[in-house]
Amino acid sequence: MQNRRSEQIRGSEQIRGSEQIRTEARLDLIRGSAARRRHDARTIAALTRNPGCNRRAVLDAAGVDKDGLSRHIGFAAPFGQSQFAIIRGNAFEARVRNDGGTDLLRLLADCLGFDLGPAGSPGVTVLDLGASAEQDGGVRPAAENLADRLDRTVTALRPDPHGIVLVAHPLLALPVGGQDVHLEPDLLVIRPDGQFHVVEIKSFPVVDGQADGEKVAAAAVQAAVYVLALRRMLRAREVVPTVPMMPVVPPATVSHDVVLVCPRDFSNAPLATRVDVRRQLLGLEHQLTRLATIEALLDDLPADLTFDLAAGPDGAPTRPATELTTGLDLLDARYTPDCLSTCELAFRCRHEAAGRTAALGASVREDLGGIDTVTEALDLAHGTRAPAEDQAEAAERLRITARMYAEALAGASHPPGGADG
Amino acid sequence: MSAISSYARALAAATGTAAPIATVRHVHLSERPLVLVPLTLAGEANAPLAALVGTRQADPTLLVVPQPRNRDLRFAFAADLAEIVLPHVLGFAADAEELANGPRAHDAPQLILPNPAGLAFLRLFGRSTRFRATDGDYAVPPSVPLLGRWLTFFAERAEIPGSSLARAVTDLLSLHWATGQSALEDANLAAAMGWIDPPPGRDGPTSARLAEDPAHSPPAGPTTDPGFDNDILAPAIAAYDAVTDPAALPTVLARLRDVLRGQLQPTWDLVWRALDLLRQLPPGASVAGRWETDRARYTGFHTYMAEEGLPQARLDGAVAAARRLNRIEQAQSAYDAERAFDDPLVMADHRVTGEAFQGTVLAVDRDRRVPNGRGKGRLVTRPLLTVRTEDPVRLTLGTRVVASSRRKQECLIVAIDTPGGDDGLTGAGAGTGTGADGGRSATGATLITLEAQSGMGRSAAPAPGSVPEAGETLCYSAVLADGVRSVAMPDAADTPWTHGGPPEPYEPNERDTAEAWD
Repeated sequence: MQNRRSEQIRGSEQIRGSEQIRTEARLDLIRGSAARRRHDARTIAALTRNPGCNRRAVLDAAGVDKDGLSRHIGFAAPFGQSQFAIIRGNAFEARVRNDGGTDLLRLLADCLGFDLGPAGSPGVTVLDLGASAEQDGGVRPAAENLADRLDRTVTALRPDPHGIVLVAHPLLALPVGGQDVHLEPDLLVIRPDGQFHVVEIKSFPVVDGQADGEKVAAAAVQAAVYVLALRRMLRAREVVPTVPMMPVVPPATVSHDVVLVCPRDFSNAPLATRVDVRRQLLGLEHQLTRLATIEALLDDLPADLTFDLAAGPDGAPTRPATELTTGLDLLDARYTPDCLSTCELAFRCRHEAAGRTAALGASVREDLGGIDTVTEALDLAHGTRAPAEDQAEAAERLRITARMYAEALAGASHPPGGADG
Repeated sequence: MSAISSYARALAAATGTAAPIATVRHVHLSERPLVLVPLTLAGEANAPLAALVGTRQADPTLLVVPQPRNRDLRFAFAADLAEIVLPHVLGFAADAEELANGPRAHDAPQLILPNPAGLAFLRLFGRSTRFRATDGDYAVPPSVPLLGRWLTFFAERAEIPGSSLARAVTDLLSLHWATGQSALEDANLAAAMGWIDPPPGRDGPTSARLAEDPAHSPPAGPTTDPGFDNDILAPAIAAYDAVTDPAALPTVLARLRDVLRGQLQPTWDLVWRALDLLRQLPPGASVAGRWETDRARYTGFHTYMAEEGLPQARLDGAVAAARRLNRIEQAQSAYDAERAFDDPLVMADHRVTGEAFQGTVLAVDRDRRVPNGRGKGRLVTRPLLTVRTEDPVRLTLGTRVVASSRRKQECLIVAIDTPGGDDGLTGAGAGTGTGADGGRSATGATLITLEAQSGMGRSAAPAPGSVPEAGETLCYSAVLADGVRSVAMPDAADTPWTHGGPPEPYEPNERDTAEAWD
């Protein structure tokens, strides 16, 4: 029974495998000779914030260097990271991890409410699954290495009924748009009762129990990506913890409570905070199912489409920028001002979106009755264009707004400067 | 966003210049604002790197922390900043008027920061300095904790809607102008100014694009441009760290000061240009009243600092937090109402949504008297006004409204006669809205009957001029300050257990003063 099922699974995996190889080949062509940019939790978070953007979906799936691309076509976006921030981040992480994680364990025990037992008790296993040297380079490690690490992670993902397991640098896989994406959470804690907790080490400070809301939100989404990946991995690979000596094995579950470890106040001392990511998980799962599969998107594209910058001997791109922008035009972008803080191509997409109400922000577009372009909205407002049937209500409101605006300006005793309106 | 501001954004996008969304200035501007442009070191917890500070555009003081990771240098920065900020801030208290409930300064200090992130810097810098001890292991000059308490005061006031004690320039700009870009992009001071006041020969979009290039226009902080950090700042700091010969120090410091001034000066100039632009707008009618509250708060805090002077607690207790929230809500509703009454462009927003209407008084029953409803057969004066409006009114019977030009007189809506009962008096509305296809909206005028409730004097007949005349044009708004008193809060000592019980009375302790700052 057990065997037949695993054979079936293997069979369907083969079919899926050959499709995947074709897709991979297409994506390799799109990326070209450059090294592949890895998806990470951050890019998935960004992707799910704007799931309708096919441009980003395809380029990210192919691992295209969007930064280099935008630079070459003259729309470089400022996404640099200050070395001061990197140094501080590394210093903090090193501090958190030092002395074999004893301090960290105590923090986590306090935060998650589990018992460490008497000091120095043997009930804690620390597994380091190997930091990849390329971690910050954005370059995909060799495939063999990846597979190894995945295997090691899967093996490590089992609770120890006698104690806590701390897993450093695990490697997770999550299918995104039909593609497996590899992720590296900072740490996992596995409790004896089978509960997994994702732990993220972040270097933004928590001052008097409060931190920058945006940064916490980003960290929560990132951790939620890990939780989701873990849950799917545990389910799909059926990691049945088989501890030979233990007849009763607690079921492995991944908690929606993640732990953020941040510097406390203005110091370098770590502080662990429990964060419930249920809301983020709901959003992520919803967005991930909505993501069109890459295969479907690729079907509509010319077979020879490529964003290979074709770097010359000196590393400078040789492919003409116009060819690249023509290629970009084939990929539907869905620009929103939010993209400016998450996507390297945002300046290009904003350029294309000029004149659209959506480029002014979602709420502005809504206020303008959902009318697509600025010109059309203004024409309707000024009565110089007859509204289509479904625009009647919006047009009415726009006309009223324009009348009120003009009246108020005309009635002002001191006409304000700035623009002639 | 609102209908008017979104429409103005569309206008701006079409014309390439910002469009006004206010006809008056809704904020008090000091004659002598204290402008502070801070920079922090990336990655660190609010570690100051440099600042330009001063009350005149021509002579800012540049403060620099040559190695921001060195806590002694940070506190030296705090002490230097205190030397400038404290004399200015404390200087206003001497000139005060005596009121029944204590003194109130005739004027108060105003702090201007480039953006909300600058205000956040103020709050955190206040937090990191206000608990410092002036003796013991990590002693700092007495001015440092004092500065911290004052900065905390300003940062807390900045959260109160309508307060002008500490403001961010980008907020002030987007209160008065709509640009042709998104609100997110407006957070860039240089880009917003590019739309509002582009240099000659350039339009808004071009200036805004240029402003986004850190090489052309350094960010307004406190976060620095990563490119600047990596290419210029890091070598300059490294050179400082490497100095072994004291004779070499001046050159190295001069280099650091130079590059940091280069990052700060453009923002400094932009802030002053923005203030000049805002000054050109006449102040709204209620700006002085709100500034009076600011002056009172300033004076109150000054007195408190002189008498007790304990640092503000790390966190509010339950009662204090609830009170504060309440104050913020009340201030918000008062501010919203006042701004609309002060400014027809703000009122226009409420007219679009139907919460306000402008119209002409058709008829007045000036001497109408009705029983007061409390028995005893006494009569009260309750004039009736009939107002004709073409605005899309969405108000219900019994709603309280007040006219912008008669703010002391509250009226109740007692009848609404909606379109359909067309009286044939459909005059063309002013403006551009009644063009080709405008017929449908312009045909229906609404007749609204109002009952004046107050503001007519004490005698039986309304005082002369206290009731609108027929033919007068008025704008009535239902957006009024929320006069509802909040439920009484228990004394802090009686905080129920559901809210954590009575908070520990705050006493500065070891933990606060010895807090690591590394």
